[in-house]
Amino acid sequence: MVRISRRTAIKSALFGGAVAVGATTASATESVEPPADARGLLYDATLCIGCKACVTACKDANGLPADTAGPHGLWDRPDDLNAKTKNIIKLYRSGDTTSFVKRQCMHCVDPACVGACMMGALKKREYGIVSWDGSKCVGCRYCQIACPYNIPKFEWEMAGFYNPKIVKCELCRHRLAEGRDPACTEVCPRHAVIYGTREELLKEAHRRIAANPTLYQPNVYGEHDGGGTQVLYLSHVPFDKLGLPALGGESAAATTRKVQGTIYKGFVAPVALYGVLATIVSRNQRRAGEEGERS
Amino acid sequence: MSRSETLEPVGGPLWTRPMQVLTALFLAGIAVTLYRFVMGIGAIANLNDGYAWGAWKPISVIVFTSMASGGYATALLLYVFNRRKYAAVSRTAILTSALGYTTGVIVLGIDIGRPWNFWRIVNPGWWNFHSVLLEVAVCISTYIIFLWLEMAHPLLEGAGQSGQWSFRELARRLTPALDSAYPFIVAMAIVLPTMHQSSLGSLFLLAGVRVHPFWQTPLVPLLFLFSCYVMGYAFVVLTSLLSSLAWRRPLEMEALTSLSRVMSSIVAAFVLVRLGDLAWRGQLTRLSVDGWSLLFYAELLLLAVPAVLSFGLDRHASPQKLFLLAASTLLGGSLYRLDTSLVAFMPGAQWRYFPSVLEMLVTIGFAALAVMGYIAIVKRFPILPGVRHAGAHA
Repeated sequence: MVRISRRTAIKSALFGGAVAVGATTASATESVEPPADARGLLYDATLCIGCKACVTACKDANGLPADTAGPHGLWDRPDDLNAKTKNIIKLYRSGDTTSFVKRQCMHCVDPACVGACMMGALKKREYGIVSWDGSKCVGCRYCQIACPYNIPKFEWEMAGFYNPKIVKCELCRHRLAEGRDPACTEVCPRHAVIYGTREELLKEAHRRIAANPTLYQPNVYGEHDGGGTQVLYLSHVPFDKLGLPALGGESAAATTRKVQGTIYKGFVAPVALYGVLATIVSRNQRRAGEEGERS
Repeated sequence: MSRSETLEPVGGPLWTRPMQVLTALFLAGIAVTLYRFVMGIGAIANLNDGYAWGAWKPISVIVFTSMASGGYATALLLYVFNRRKYAAVSRTAILTSALGYTTGVIVLGIDIGRPWNFWRIVNPGWWNFHSVLLEVAVCISTYIIFLWLEMAHPLLEGAGQSGQWSFRELARRLTPALDSAYPFIVAMAIVLPTMHQSSLGSLFLLAGVRVHPFWQTPLVPLLFLFSCYVMGYAFVVLTSLLSSLAWRRPLEMEALTSLSRVMSSIVAAFVLVRLGDLAWRGQLTRLSVDGWSLLFYAELLLLAVPAVLSFGLDRHASPQKLFLLAASTLLGGSLYRLDTSLVAFMPGAQWRYFPSVLEMLVTIGFAALAVMGYIAIVKRFPILPGVRHAGAHA
């Protein structure tokens, strides 16, 4: 603590003391390593045939309603991830080059949404899965602003009993608890998406690249991108074509912790500022009062 | 408080034509708010999964609380740098701050989708200390208490002048305690906005590559802090001039001219940091004539032109000139904040956002409530300098 004179110290302590205790326990700003039990997916765009079995299986496994927004309203036909769709297959086409891409939560190693979340509704829980706890969510939607992959969705259209939720892939954690794999990996006829520990999946991804270097992009998306993810991608087209952004090696969460951590380290600066201000303002008030009496 | 005898209520009827118009706007806002709580945000707002924040957070909170930073920015000059001439506009500044922040936080409560969970914020054990939004929410909520504590003095003074014995007695008992606590209240009312006004900018650090590189910078907390000073001063100048005009009060030209000069110095600092930051990050050479560049030029011109003109202000500056300079500065600062928080946010080509009429009615309705509060309080409580103002230089 910075030394502060007289009774200002007491007032300062009242303000900052309780907060400082909490702030110092959470002052780690260095980059984050994947949790030891990290599990995830490996999606190989060269294997995917776009059958969308995973989309249907995901809806079944997670009790999600059909999105019949398309013409005639007959089929489940989501345009993109939305509050009814946690997993989707999209198509990239340019000339003769085509590729499917499966999109769902990336389960980042250092997720922006978790850094954003005010009271820890979104958190990396078992297996490093970014999961949502509705009892802690105030619906501020900062996670939607923060996520570089545009994953968390909000139930904007909820009418009647109004309890809108944040909807995102949670790696079928309810199935994992029963000893079953994520639904999308179970139904894929080409094993284009597989489930495993992040370590195993990375090893497998690099094995495939080494075995067929002319087919694959040279790197595994998610190994380092944006601080790393637990969902990894292999592709024959550049990853940005599949909507996977170039993020650099540092997560935005780490950048934010650096900037805010510099300002608020140990909560010393705000407490010191308060002490200094209280002293100056008191002195100025006293002088002004004395002048007032003289005049 | 030695000067407070020169401050007096404006008086006059409350239920005037402007108040009726403002009431209509406010009631419209309330009606939309009720509808929103029954039918959901999607039923009234154009917000979507790409643009999850629109009119309510970026305008009602990020821009409006910056306009309402006059209380904070003026307190720095008056109480920290001990420039007593600003006492003439201090209560105006604090009142606009108290009203702007209070209504801003009400709109925040309308914006959040699961407000029934918000009570959990009272327990620090549940806080995510890395969440910038949490810091902002805690600081702003606490600051509102301190703003109304700052306002307690003029409100008690007004109550003391009222005929009722009970109010007079309340004022007589509370005022001394309030006076002795005042420096500690003021210090808190400076620390809290220093924290959350800078952190409102830091919010967008987490959006990383989704904010256009002209606006995404590690210096965003500093730029947001500077912008709240200039917008705070500009808003005090505008409010004071308009109040004097509306209620035929003497113009506070001395304080307002000085305030404009302080404002222009901070604008100069803002512009230097902004340009230096762009240069350092290699973005200066990317400026051309595309939409992003034009937005940037617009911000810069709206801020820099009045700043250059304000440096030359002397005692003979006209109120019209002060008004135009402040208005341009306020627009420039607002544009910078709106760009960082909304316009320069790029969730992807498939997403579009422009606020719906109903969304804007909430924003406008609660802004109208703030203006109504200002008019009513100024008429009944000693906020503005009295007509017999000649003694103020004593």
